[in-house]
Amino acid sequence: MDYVLLIEQLLNGFQLGIILFLMAAGLTLVFGIMDLVNLAHGSLFMIGAFVGGTLTLATGSLMLGAVLMVPAMFAIGVLVETIALRTLYRRSHLDQVLATFGLILFFNEATRLIWGPEGLAVPLPDFLEGTVALGAGITYPLYRVVIIVIGILVALGLYLLVARTRFGMLVRAGASNRVMAGALGVNIPVLFSLVFGIGAVLAGLAGLIITPITQAAIGMGEDVLILAFVVIVIGGIGSVRGAFVAALLTGIIDTMGRSFLDVILLLFLSPNAAESAGPALSSMLIYILMAGILFFRPQGLFPPRSATAAP
Amino acid sequence: MRSQLTPAHAVSALLISLCAAVPYLASALDEPFYVIVFARIMVWAIAAISLNLIMGFGGMISFGHAVYLGIGGYAVGILAFHDITSAWIQLPVAMGLCAVVALVFGVICLRTRGIYFIMITLALAQMVFFLSVSAERYGSDDGLNILWRSEFGSGIIDLEDGAVMYYTIFAALLGCLLLQWRIVVSRFGMVLRASQSNDTRVQAVGIPTYRYRLAAFVIAGVMCGLAGFLQANLERFVSPDMMNWHRSGELILMTVLGGTATLFGPLVGAVVFLLLSEILSTITIHWHLVFGPFLILVVLFARGGVMGLLGSRAARD
Repeated sequence: MDYVLLIEQLLNGFQLGIILFLMAAGLTLVFGIMDLVNLAHGSLFMIGAFVGGTLTLATGSLMLGAVLMVPAMFAIGVLVETIALRTLYRRSHLDQVLATFGLILFFNEATRLIWGPEGLAVPLPDFLEGTVALGAGITYPLYRVVIIVIGILVALGLYLLVARTRFGMLVRAGASNRVMAGALGVNIPVLFSLVFGIGAVLAGLAGLIITPITQAAIGMGEDVLILAFVVIVIGGIGSVRGAFVAALLTGIIDTMGRSFLDVILLLFLSPNAAESAGPALSSMLIYILMAGILFFRPQGLFPPRSATAAP
Repeated sequence: MRSQLTPAHAVSALLISLCAAVPYLASALDEPFYVIVFARIMVWAIAAISLNLIMGFGGMISFGHAVYLGIGGYAVGILAFHDITSAWIQLPVAMGLCAVVALVFGVICLRTRGIYFIMITLALAQMVFFLSVSAERYGSDDGLNILWRSEFGSGIIDLEDGAVMYYTIFAALLGCLLLQWRIVVSRFGMVLRASQSNDTRVQAVGIPTYRYRLAAFVIAGVMCGLAGFLQANLERFVSPDMMNWHRSGELILMTVLGGTATLFGPLVGAVVFLLLSEILSTITIHWHLVFGPFLILVVLFARGGVMGLLGSRAARD
């Protein structure tokens, strides 16, 4: 096994983890603060890709498209929250699952109607093409480095926002005791809208950021959504820090499993058996990880301290 | 469970008679298409009944229930692929496999509650879904064609005959409705329902609810495996799409649409859901655009589903 490939795959896993974190951060905040199961978070990922992609093609610049996408996604998020989701907070989880499942069907079909069934390809700008040398004979695509850097900056910004600002303080207060925070004069409906808007921007950013690599497609958010579920279950629902650790863990284990599991299995199995068992086992790896973690820690790795206080 | 006669009872009786009469009506109207539509509806109804058992009566919202449809189906498909077509082998393997998988998943899932339970059942089902996608030998994404339906080896039950296939499904549906009723009114069912409304109190009385919930989870898995067995035989085809998470969502949907925790709700829900999608999809290909918001409205305004609207009192109390 050569170490250049190993480090490359490690970086790929890191990059997948960053995408997962952008998704999971919004999900876990919405869960933790509003106690809402939002399946439509995957749709926001898709909408971000399509809206951001359209803006990119219209302005001719990915950077400008991304910048313009932020207010657009924020507006869409606030709109979805006020129109469709606000009435669901007091409902059972079952109702929330069903209603947001309905939203997915709606958004998928609306996207098909607006952008057509083929999806949308967004070209990578010239200055982001190419590779960078990371030393010791390792080269890595520049754009993937950019994704990792952006992800780390966003994670840092989110941490500062939640831990260091007045807004973050209100968010944490709302998460640990919604009723008490409301009684102390926090405008809960506005707070919820803002948090949902931020979640939508993060999901949309994740969607747009991978579009130059994969292209925007209908239903693209659904696989990522389920992985993000795994991430927040592992990390502990409501914990942004847990989401970050679990996202990187999930991304790296998934990627490493896909590239090296068959090689490792060769040590124990015949080449034939290893070749058929490798892909099967590697696609199951993160779910096995999740089951294992839950077996020992049903609340996830970083359970929020207030989790027991929530009704 | 004792209640006065309501419109809900009339509708249930009507639906059962309708299911029994469909092959005759279809040939009288010269619309053979409806036979396959109602056969499909009844298979989905069996799956929805099994989900209702744990979700409606036990409060366990499984978002990965379609996985047992897939496992039951693939048991038929893979055995038939290896030229084992006897139903006496296929059916026990399908149901046994579902029992084992449900037991393992149940042990993991039932340690958790609420949102965690929903997401873990979803994730575990995805795991099996990806397993089936990566099984290149058995067709991966494209699925497996089944050349011969299961053989019972007697002259009477010959599934290759369309009418026999239909009435086998009908009989299975009646059996599952009966079993559901017997379970719900039994002591076992009472513990299950009690643990849904207050688990701590039931435990305090000295009943180990975990075992009851796990047993119900396994029974539901096996019953859904039966539905998978029937679906594979009906369609002569299995594919990973059978356990796509959209199918699990649709199962929840049917159950809620009909009325959770009612005996006939899943059947009513399956009929409404599949007929509605059949009709809407002939009007426009973009029918999901209407169907999605319709769902949200049902959730918001029609609590208790169709059975609730018809005055059934068993709906969520």
